[in-house]
Amino acid sequence: MVGLIDLVQTLTTPHPLDRYLELVSPALTARELRAEVTHVSHAVPGSVTLTLRASRQWRGHAAGQYVQIGVSINGVRHTRCYSPIDPESRGDRYIQLTVKAHPGGLVSNYLHEHAKPGMVVDLAPASGVFALPEPRPEKVLLVSGGSGITPVLSMLRTLDAEDYAGQVTFLHYARQPEMVPHRAELTAIATRRPNFRVEYRYPVEPGTVVNGETSTGSGFFDYDELERVAPWFADAQTFVCGPPPLMRAVQTIFDAEGLQDRVHSEEFTLTTVPADPAEATGTVTFSGSAVAAENTGAPLLEQAEAVGLTPEYGCRMGICFSCTATKVSGCTRNLRTGELDADPDKQIQICVNTAVGDVDIAL
Amino acid sequence: MTILTEGKDGPVILTPEQVEEFGQALDALRARIDADLGERDRDYIYKIIKTQRGLEIAGRGLMYLGFLPPFWLAGVAALGVSKILDNMEIGHNVMHGQYDWMRERGINSREFDWDTVCPADQWKHSHNYMHHTYTNIHDMDRDIGYGILRIDEGQKWNPYYLGNPVYAFLLMVLFEWGVMMHDLEADNIIKGKRKWSDLKPLLKGQARKAGKQVLKDYVVFPALTGPLFVHTLAGNAAANVVRNLWTFSIIFCGHFPAGVQTFTKEETEVETRGEWYVRQMLGSANITGSRLFHIMSGNLSHQIEHHLFPDLPANRYPEMAPEVKALAEKYGLPYNTGRFSKQIGSVWAKIFALALPDSLVKRAPKPGVIVMRNRKATEVGV
Ligand code: FES
Repeated sequence: MVGLIDLVQTLTTPHPLDRYLELVSPALTARELRAEVTHVSHAVPGSVTLTLRASRQWRGHAAGQYVQIGVSINGVRHTRCYSPIDPESRGDRYIQLTVKAHPGGLVSNYLHEHAKPGMVVDLAPASGVFALPEPRPEKVLLVSGGSGITPVLSMLRTLDAEDYAGQVTFLHYARQPEMVPHRAELTAIATRRPNFRVEYRYPVEPGTVVNGETSTGSGFFDYDELERVAPWFADAQTFVCGPPPLMRAVQTIFDAEGLQDRVHSEEFTLTTVPADPAEATGTVTFSGSAVAAENTGAPLLEQAEAVGLTPEYGCRMGICFSCTATKVSGCTRNLRTGELDADPDKQIQICVNTAVGDVDIAL
Repeated sequence: MTILTEGKDGPVILTPEQVEEFGQALDALRARIDADLGERDRDYIYKIIKTQRGLEIAGRGLMYLGFLPPFWLAGVAALGVSKILDNMEIGHNVMHGQYDWMRERGINSREFDWDTVCPADQWKHSHNYMHHTYTNIHDMDRDIGYGILRIDEGQKWNPYYLGNPVYAFLLMVLFEWGVMMHDLEADNIIKGKRKWSDLKPLLKGQARKAGKQVLKDYVVFPALTGPLFVHTLAGNAAANVVRNLWTFSIIFCGHFPAGVQTFTKEETEVETRGEWYVRQMLGSANITGSRLFHIMSGNLSHQIEHHLFPDLPANRYPEMAPEVKALAEKYGLPYNTGRFSKQIGSVWAKIFALALPDSLVKRAPKPGVIVMRNRKATEVGV
């Protein structure tokens, strides 16, 4: 197959074959991975569940890993990471994603409003070390909060699909019961399997009745809660994903118990734009060279040179694109237009962009 | 600082404040277009790409009927137009980073390569950086004569230039190869200003790229038409030449017709942004024409707008042009434009005239720019 593609690419040179195929149909590609939306469900308010059919280059995901989805919004392609929620290695090319529409979240809102069957999105192979290990641990504790449910849901469903015989506890924090995606399925799993325990918490003041369900415990994660839902936690592998306060609470307890190597976590972070973008704060990291320095507010090209790096450049005034580098994370400001950009993994011209707060450049 | 432009009615004097204002007006225009980029531009470039790919496939297909002259001609035409679109409205503009904001893999200045023998990275250096930063500055912008021709009076005459029209003709026919060699600066090697060892990586890149292009057009596609090998080979060569004649002509109309100005290093040392804009404006020339003509020229018929805003999508130049022209009028700056026949005629007239020593030709009235510098470095900003 690969040999054949190379042969055909001799004819399409200098353009890759995919640049022709995508004009016929966006989901038809020889090399690049894409996916077509086959089903859209809005079962949970404020979030959308998409079923995608990946192109034949898809190699599957391990439970807990994430994929990158790329969609074009007003002419610009934006990519975001989401964790598939379906069990791993189903041997087919279907992936399910549940996307919560965050306020101000460009891609999540777009998908929430505009995703329809037939829509084709870019897809990157599954990656991330936050995954259920092989062989499976003897006991598993899964803790999640809000939209952090997605990777652990995949883990839970995988264990279910594998008729896992060990102990599993799934503890999820949400605002209200109806905000929990795939609640019916979670309940079904818990009913079906006596060794699976599924618990929800709606952290309000303890004892408050929320929509007919009484919140137990303190409502927030603490040692007592841990003892109650998974007294065997010291012998388990624990996987946590959720907002920073939850992650910190879990980490603190496991650190105190000396169990830091038994807890695995993944944080869902959103870059926020600082109040005054003109103020030079934060640290500029050049991760490719493992150097970092305080942000001076100067163009990033100058900041790189100041720490002894020699990035490629030409005009130094934003016209030749010689200095383009990848901004891994953080927010940058275009010195010509004043435009702010907080998208991760974006190509920027470092001669006319500066850092707003912490920024990581792959140089 | 004062910029003095010799207009028809005598010199035009711009105060530093006026230059500054002029620059700000252009920055504002830029910001407005920048903020408006979106779906429409994406649709446009994809439509052009689709058209180009369609014509390419049609051209290759028609070669299977290449034994019939009308089909052979149609094939050459389709393939020629496909290559022109690929090189101009798509390649040139995409590699300028004009569509980088879309973040599409296929139309991104980092990844795109075009259907000519010149490797993208070398062209981006000689063109995007050298030519666009140092536009029309002698000894900096190597597009002044390409190290081969005498195209400006500022280049000192010597007997070698008697062959000027011949060199220009050869450059036109073999233009893609000329563009490929551009970054080598062969003339500087002869003059001893450049070491042979500098060339090694460049030559390697050229061999790789040109090898693939030659294999495709002159071996594989002809072979795929079996007994029509020679017909197809000739057809593909003809399409490449058609593209060469056209791109050469359009590109030479951009900076070399009468009335375009060149500069010296001293004049242009440490420019303000406003001064940079003024130089880009004085150093470029437009061609008037229909919408189709503009598309076929990659909108380099809007060379002035392109030089002021090299990284804005070219399909926006037509809508920016009236505003740029009005600004030029407001400040009394020349806005060099004219029909294709007028501009290309003036280019060739220059090529012929400059073949001869200055004593034999009447000097064309030269709109000179005098830049008087008495500024502190701190006043200078990008
Ligand atoms: S150095 Fe030319 S764009 Fe940055």
